[in-house]
This record gives sequence, C-alpha cells and structure tokens, in this order.
Amino acid sequence: MAAQPLVSVRTLTKSYGNKVVLKRINLDVAEGEVVALIGPSGSGKSTLLRCMNHLEGQDSGCVLVAGEPVGYVLKNGELHEASDKILSHQRRSIGMVFQGFNLFQHMTALENIMEGPIRVLKLPRPEVEQQARRLLNLVGLGDWADHYPLQLSGGQQQRIAIARALAMKPRVMLFDEPTSALDPELVGDVLEVMRTLAQEGMTMIVVTHEIGFAREVCDRVVFMADGEIVEQGLPGKVLLDPQHERTREFLRRLL
Amino acid sequence: MRDCPEAAAVDGVMPLQGWEIPTLPDDAPLIPRPQPWTPVAAVFCVAIFAFLLWRFLENPVVDRAVILEYLFKDVTLRGVGVTLYLTAVSMVAGIAGAILLAIMHLSDNIVLSSLARLYISIFRGTPLLVQLIFWGYLGIFTPDISLSLPGIGTLFSVPTSDVVTPMVAAILALSLNAAAYSAEIVRSGILSVPRGQVEAARSVGMTRFQAFRRVVMPQALRVIIPPMGNEVIAMLKGTSLVSVIAGNDLMTNLQNVYSQTFQIIPLLIVASIWYLILVSLLTIPQSWLERRFGQSVARPRVRRQQSRLWNMRLRSVTPTGGRS
Repeated sequence: MAAQPLVSVRTLTKSYGNKVVLKRINLDVAEGEVVALIGPSGSGKSTLLRCMNHLEGQDSGCVLVAGEPVGYVLKNGELHEASDKILSHQRRSIGMVFQGFNLFQHMTALENIMEGPIRVLKLPRPEVEQQARRLLNLVGLGDWADHYPLQLSGGQQQRIAIARALAMKPRVMLFDEPTSALDPELVGDVLEVMRTLAQEGMTMIVVTHEIGFAREVCDRVVFMADGEIVEQGLPGKVLLDPQHERTREFLRRLL
Repeated sequence: MRDCPEAAAVDGVMPLQGWEIPTLPDDAPLIPRPQPWTPVAAVFCVAIFAFLLWRFLENPVVDRAVILEYLFKDVTLRGVGVTLYLTAVSMVAGIAGAILLAIMHLSDNIVLSSLARLYISIFRGTPLLVQLIFWGYLGIFTPDISLSLPGIGTLFSVPTSDVVTPMVAAILALSLNAAAYSAEIVRSGILSVPRGQVEAARSVGMTRFQAFRRVVMPQALRVIIPPMGNEVIAMLKGTSLVSVIAGNDLMTNLQNVYSQTFQIIPLLIVASIWYLILVSLLTIPQSWLERRFGQSVARPRVRRQQSRLWNMRLRSVTPTGGRS
C-alpha cells in the first residue's frame, strides 16, 4: 500500500438548491484498497462517488486522484476550473460503473469495450481488439462479443460495462450501486467479477447495498447518513459491531 | 497521472507509480473557468451587425416612408389575416391527418399501412406548387362534383368551381401536403415511446385507444413538438405559394401592389417584417409546449409541494385513510 492516498476527498461540500447533500466530507483511499460506501438512500453516497470523477460539481472542497484535483487545476493555492480537455484526461484513470449500465446501445459488446481505447487512447485497433476479447473472457462473456446490449441480460450488460471501464486501464474504479438494477440470480456473476478485480489489487470504491459483498471483499466500510460519514472501519467492526445508533438502525432494517 | 501509464495487465493490475500529494489549503477557493474572449466576440458581432444595418438603412432603395406606409395598411393587414387563417386551418387539419396516417403506417394491417405509405410517397414526392395548381384547377378535371348511384339516380351535383373556391383549394393543398410530412414526424414520436409503456397501460386495463391517447401520445409529443414547430413555420411561409391560384394572402397582396407601383424592395421588406413577427410569435407557444411535455425528463429539482401531495395520496390508499 502506498503511503500517499490514491483518492483523497477534502472537505467536499455540495448542495442542491438549499438542501445540503454533502457536508464537508473527508475521505482517503489508499492504492489497492477496496472501500464500500453504504447508507440509506439520500445519504449522499452516490453523489460523493459522482463527485469523484466530476460528473457532479461541488460547492467547495475537492477530490484528489493521484494528487490531481479532479476537474480543477491547482495554481497558487487556488483551484481553477479545468478545461474539458484536462478533465477528460483526468477521467481516463477513473473508471465508472453505473447502476443502469449505460452501455452504448448502438454498439455491440465488443465495440463498447473498444470505443474508449481507440478513440481516447488512440491505440491501434488489433491490439485493442485483442485486449477487449481478453476482458470479455475475464468477465465470462467471451461468446457474446457481437451481441448488442439490449440482447443481453442485465447481469451480462453490467459485466460488459465493467469490462468497458477496465479497458481504459484506470487507477481506480468507481461502482455506483452496480447490482441494484439486477435480478437476484444475476447479482452473483457481477459480484464475482468485482471480487476478482479486488483480488487483482484494483483500487475500488463501491456504493452498494450488498452487505455480504462489503463484508467479504472490502477492506473498509464507510457508513454515510445525511451527507456525513457517520462511522467507518473494518467491515467486521462496522457491520457486526456498529458504534452509532444510525448505523445500527440502518443495518437492522437491511438484514 | 497526466501521461497515461502503460499498464501491463488487462486485469487492472497497476504499475506502482509514485505521485505527489500537493500542499493544498482546506477549502481552497474554486475558480470558475474564465471566458476572456466572450466580450471581445460580443463587441465584434455588434460591430458587424451595426455596419450591415447602417449600410442597409442608408441605401436609397430601402425607402423607409414606403415601408412605414404599407406596414399597417389595410391591404397588408388583410393579407396577414388570410395567411394566419390558412396556416391555422391547414395545420390543424394536417396534424389530424398526420396522426391518422402515422397510426395507419404503424398498423399490422397491410392494407392500412400500404395506403398510408402510398399517400405519403405521393404527397411528399410531388412539389407543393403542383399540388396547389392541381386543386386550384380541379374544375378542369371534373367540372361537376356529383354522387350518382345506379338505380337511384343522381343524389347531388354541384359545379366544382362553386365548392372548391381558391381558398378551399389552398387549404386542401396545404393540409394534404402537411399531413404527409407531419405523418413521419408523428410516427417517429410514437416509435420513441418504449414498448413497455403500452404493455403497462394495457395491464391497468386501458383499451388500445386509451393507451394511445393517455400514455403513448403524451410521451410522443415531447419528441414530436420541435420538428412540428418547423412544420408550422414552413407552412406559414409556404402559404405564400397560394398566389398562383389567386389566394389573397400577405405575399400575394403585396405582390399585386408592387407589380403596379414597382416598389419591389420596400414591399418585400414589409412582407419579411410581418413573416418574421408571425414566426417569432409562434415560437412562444412552442417553447411553452416543450416545457409542458418535457417536464418528466427535465433535470430534477427539489420540489417540496410534490412530496406533500405524494404523502397525501399515499395516505388515501392506505386502509385507514381516505375512507371516512
């Protein structure tokens, strides 16, 4: 584990209108660490994740990924809004997996995976295709390369989406409730892929309601409520012996 | 992080590469991106427009006295009235026809869908001008419009020229043509509504017509309105074509005037001013409609009232509430 945090959230504040959804959040994630963000809906965990790759802008504070403030350029102690080009460059190393998959509907599974490396990284097509097929095998969908997203089940789509994010060789992967839109019997396949990734040493931040996954795979569980981090620590500690009433209340309802 | 690391593995194993965490004060000020060229561009544009406007106004051909005289003259205003009337009637008829054609086109019935396709191909495939002339001179093809049944005799018969006046001919031509074009717009709107919506509507017991009317069409309208706005504007300006069959719309009236007075440019400017005003007015209801039908996909805003309403509804469906 590197001494410096790979992802560092600093006093991040965000509000929609006059509703404050993130209240001065501080969070450090080390390289190779797998962190689960849990909490009731509306607690701000998804917003926090979306701030990490600047899909949402913040009111104050910042997110550093490998030392760079995402969406901003640091000059003389001030954070200047980055150009679209810089932001796009920063996002290359931040993979994102959405609750609703968001695969490109007009491309096959293989094309979905190849799009980023070819258009953004400008890598040669044969090399990219080889890598994409390896990724398809990794997520267990080697035979589905030429299918369009709507011809695939939700679980298959989500695994393609993970492969699409991995194709950019990101330093950190963000998962926004990756299994919430899936049938129960399809959840396992997706979690299996994520488990493999975690074992490979990928840095992952996962917003999830899968307590089992958080307990078995994650290095740390962060519980959020009302835009604040209520408590965090080892999964065994937070999930089995929570210190705060809000955490206890949440876990009681979930189990 | 700026130069992309040449990662070795596909599986996301990262090369361990160092990075520096910059010294950063808590709550460092966030500076929005400056846009230094915006004022420059604005000044530049204003200068160009001012120059063009000046060149235009100081031109002797642009006789302001004539423009002002004719802008609100009776002949102009009557023309505006006819243009608006033609547009409104033809567009309403055209949209009604378009919805019918779109439904026919999407129908499983091969006769209906073929008919719709044939109609659309004919009315889109021939020039509007030709269609106008055809309806205007319908009397040449059939001097009388009559209905005769064998054994009963002629039920009625009227001279074509009495029924199909230039105005009726214009409305016929414009609305039949608009129906063909708009049918494709309506069809694309209907196709944009996911199948599940119909299935859900049918599952709550709606008839096919109810599902179409209450669920499909309101969602289709969101897609339909912008291109349909184009159609209305094209129609408004397309009414100027009726001059060939002596309709007395704005353009025809002014043409008649300048063919005698030879004040061609000033009167064309009068016509342009009116068309511009009418089109600008039309965009107001369009944006209103877009907002009305775009609500459901607009960016979410915090709405307190809605949640209160929701709670009330919830209470009324729970067993204890809403009964007494």
